[in-house]
Parts: sequence; structure tokens; C-alpha cells
Amino acid sequence: MISIETIKSDIISEFSLFEDWMEKYEYIIELGKSIPLIDPKFKTDDNLINGCQSKVWMHAELKNNNVLFYADSDAIITKGIIAILIRVFSNQNPKNILESDTKFIDEIGLKEHLSPTRANGLVSMIKQIKIYALAFKNKIN
Amino acid sequence: MNYKSFDVNKVREDFPILSRKVNGNKIIYFDNAATSQTPIKVIDVISEYYKKYNANIHRGVHSLSQEATDAFENSRKTIKNHFNSKETCEIIFTSGATHGINIVSSGYSKILNENDELLVSEMEHHSNIVPWQMLCQLTGAKLKVIPMSIKGDLEMDEFEKLLTSKSKLVFLNHVSNAIGTINPIDYIIKKAHSIGAKVLIDGTQASPHIKTDLQKLDIDYYVTSAHKMCGPTGIGILYGKKSLLNKLPPYQGGGEMISDVTFEKTTYADLPHKFEAGTPNISGVIAFGTAINYMNNIGFDNIFNYEKELLNYAQDQIRKIEGVEIYGDSINKTPIVSFNIKGIHPYDIGSILDKMGIAVRTGHHCAQPIMDFYKIPGTVRASFSFYNTIEEIDLMIKGLKKAIMMLQ
Repeated sequence: MISIETIKSDIISEFSLFEDWMEKYEYIIELGKSIPLIDPKFKTDDNLINGCQSKVWMHAELKNNNVLFYADSDAIITKGIIAILIRVFSNQNPKNILESDTKFIDEIGLKEHLSPTRANGLVSMIKQIKIYALAFKNKIN
Repeated sequence: MNYKSFDVNKVREDFPILSRKVNGNKIIYFDNAATSQTPIKVIDVISEYYKKYNANIHRGVHSLSQEATDAFENSRKTIKNHFNSKETCEIIFTSGATHGINIVSSGYSKILNENDELLVSEMEHHSNIVPWQMLCQLTGAKLKVIPMSIKGDLEMDEFEKLLTSKSKLVFLNHVSNAIGTINPIDYIIKKAHSIGAKVLIDGTQASPHIKTDLQKLDIDYYVTSAHKMCGPTGIGILYGKKSLLNKLPPYQGGGEMISDVTFEKTTYADLPHKFEAGTPNISGVIAFGTAINYMNNIGFDNIFNYEKELLNYAQDQIRKIEGVEIYGDSINKTPIVSFNIKGIHPYDIGSILDKMGIAVRTGHHCAQPIMDFYKIPGTVRASFSFYNTIEEIDLMIKGLKKAIMMLQ
């Protein structure tokens, strides 16, 4: 298992290769377009995180004591950022998820998408990731 | 004055913010329906107040208080003259349109009962829906909705069917914030009055573009916010006919709104102070008057005609984009274009335009019933003001095409 911190620094060095915002956004859009992130059966109202701008659906399950996250959004840039968050936090131990933060999002220049004014569901999604991690941690113990 | 003589480049010099850069590009500000930018004169008035005569009003005998009170009350007169209310005391200062609506809706909680009906339009901002829903919960009165057509016009036949002797109050916006439709309020007011119902007009989206004559239109209650009219945030007005406001109970208790207080009994002050409890936003009120004078100096006819030109040009250009759908196609519109591109989420377009320094609004614009009507999660909304230019619209179109290329 690659650690959360290693994945974060991989992402930061990948993003440092982009020359400008256009390249960066093209990459995020590609991520948003290509990866199937959730089984449609999990796109239920129960799993919906409502943002005023875009919607996020998220499902989590525990496998071999690691938390697996599946998520989707109706907006493609939001979905691309979800793909990055899933790459970082999915298939990790709940304790490590709880101890980790999302400062790397600032470092790769996507901070504005986590701003409360964007109301795109991402901030709530991160909160939800932590809540799931906490719940699964308690379950394991 | 012919609007062709209106010099937009000269006007732009009045707005310091228009020369700043966002994400490396000169800002293109097309979110005027959310808030308008502030001319230097208005900014200066706020700073002058704090530099030269900051004092509490209506109570001090000292000179600073007198100067502040004079400036404050002069502003009320300016606003009274602009909206042409019959009396100055009918202009109540509020924190904004939402506050004004809440004063009226809360006052009606003592007036309505379960046999009464209220009429609201389908194209309202949440601020003109939620306070009334709360009122209905409290009183048992029923809320009836005047439907709109796919073009974004209110269905007048339906309105007339809904209007009965049970209808006590009709409330609607003069202009829709989400799609820009200018509603036929003169007709609606006449019809409502013919059966004895009162009308509240939310003028927030109209007042920056259209000069409204309260007496001529015979409006019962009217609200608007200064920050849509080149003024500061946190200040607005509630207008009500004196006879009606006298019947409404005060909304908040406190200083300023009283005539006499003992622990046994308090008598309330006369209008407008009855509804102005506490120390008001003094600099905001003074600056609101300055903003209105500023707009009148440019001239509302000039503003309307120039903005119409911007709207028509923008609509024509946006319509040429493949897969575009414009929501709200009324022939009577303020300069708002609400649209979507097929297969693309408005959030994605807004995010990419922002990287280019272009500010548009995306989302449901606090008008979810309209979004439900069109069965969409939201729109991209470009809203213009008299300091915007055709060149800026061209740049937005270029940016839009680039965004579409990236997202498709």
C-alpha cells in the first residue's frame, strides 16, 4: 500500500509539470471524463451531498481494514477533483485518513474549488470522508 | 439626451475595480445581478463620513451628530424623490430587500387567518418565498403560485383565475433575478386592487435598470437593496403606503423606534422610526443617496437603452453557439442572459471563465423553483450593467468557446 503522504507528493510533482492553468484544467477534465468512480446503484439520495452549484454522490465501504471510496459529480471539474481525492484517500487505513489533511489541494493550485463560496459539494465530501473513516475506525476497534 | 452620447469609457473611469486584474486578466464583471460595482464618488462618501462627521444620529445635540443626521435624512429625501413616494416617512431603511420583506411578512402574521390566500409568482428569489411560507405556517393562510410560460413570462390568465376575494396579498418581483423577465406589475397591481388585495413588489432586480414611480404604479409595499444600484451592501429600503405601514406592528424593538418607555408600557415612534430600531447603517444610507444621484446623473433612459443594446448583442452572440439553450426569452428583459450548453454543467463553464478573469454566476441563483420549472440544476448567468462593453461581451464569447472546447 502506498502511503497517503507519498501519493500526495506524487500528485504535487505531477502538477508542477503543467505550464499553465489550461493544461492543469485539461488534465482535471480528462480525469473527470475517464474514470468511472461509482456504481450507479450507489447514486442514491442517501449518498447525495448537495452543493448549491454541483452535486456529489459518495459511497464508502471497508475492505481488509481499508476504506474504499466511490464518488461521482454532475460537474466534470468537480468529478476530476474527486478523482484526485479518491486517489489519495481510498484504500487507506481509517487512522491514516483521519490524520491526513487536504493542504496539497492548495499546493496544486485548486484551492478555489474548496472555497465555501463555490458550494460544489467538495468541502462536504471531505468532511464525509473523515466521518466514514471515523466510523470505520470505531468498527475495527 | 440621446443614449448614443453616453460615453461608456468615461463612465468606466468612475469604477476603480474595473481596472484590476483577476488571474492575470483584466476583470470582466458580468455578475451585476448579484451585486453592482461601486463608483468612486460612493466610496468617497463612505470614507468622508468616517473621516469627518462620524456620529450617532437623531439624538446628539452636538454638531457632528447634527451633520450626520442631516446627511442621513437628506439621503432619505433623495430616495423618496427618486422612487416618488408621497411622503418621506414612507421610506424605511433596512439592511436590504430581504429585511424589508420580513418586516411586512411578519407584520401580516397578526392580520391573516386560515381563510386567506397569498399569491406569489413562480419566478421568485427564495427571499420572496421563504418569509411567506413561514407566515403561512404561522397563520394557516394558503400560498398560491402564479405559473410562468416556457418563454419566462407570467401566465396572466392563470393569475386572474387565482385572484379571488380570498386573496389578501400578491407579492412578486418586478424583474426576475434568474432570467431577467420584466413582469407587468402595473397590470397585476390594478387587478389585485380591483378585488382589494395589496401588492408587494420586490424591486431588487429592476431598480438598477428602470426608474420606478411608486405613486404612479400605486404600489402598496416595495423593497430594494442599495448594492444592486451602485451603493454599498447592507442597506436597502422598505416603502409602504403610510396608512398600511401605520397598521403594521414594529418588527424589532429597541432604541430609536420608541416614543416613550416605562417598564409598564412603551409607545412607538411614528414612521419611519417605528421600523428603524437601533443605530442604523449611517454611512450606508448616505452612500445610497449618493449612488442614486450618480445613476440619475447618467440617466435611467441612457442606462436602459445602452443595456438593451448590450443584452441584444450578447443574446445574438450566445445564440450562435452550438448546443446553447437560453432560459427566459421574454421580449421584456433587463440585461440578464441565463443559459446552458448541452452536456456541460454550468459549474464547469463558470470555473473556466473565472480562470480567464470573467465573472459570471452559476448555479440556481437562489431561485430553485425556476430551475425545477426548466428541469435543470442551474444555469450560467451573465448579467450586464451600463459600465460593461460590447468588447467585453466578445471576450466572454471567445472564453465560452474555449471552455466548451475544453469540456466537450
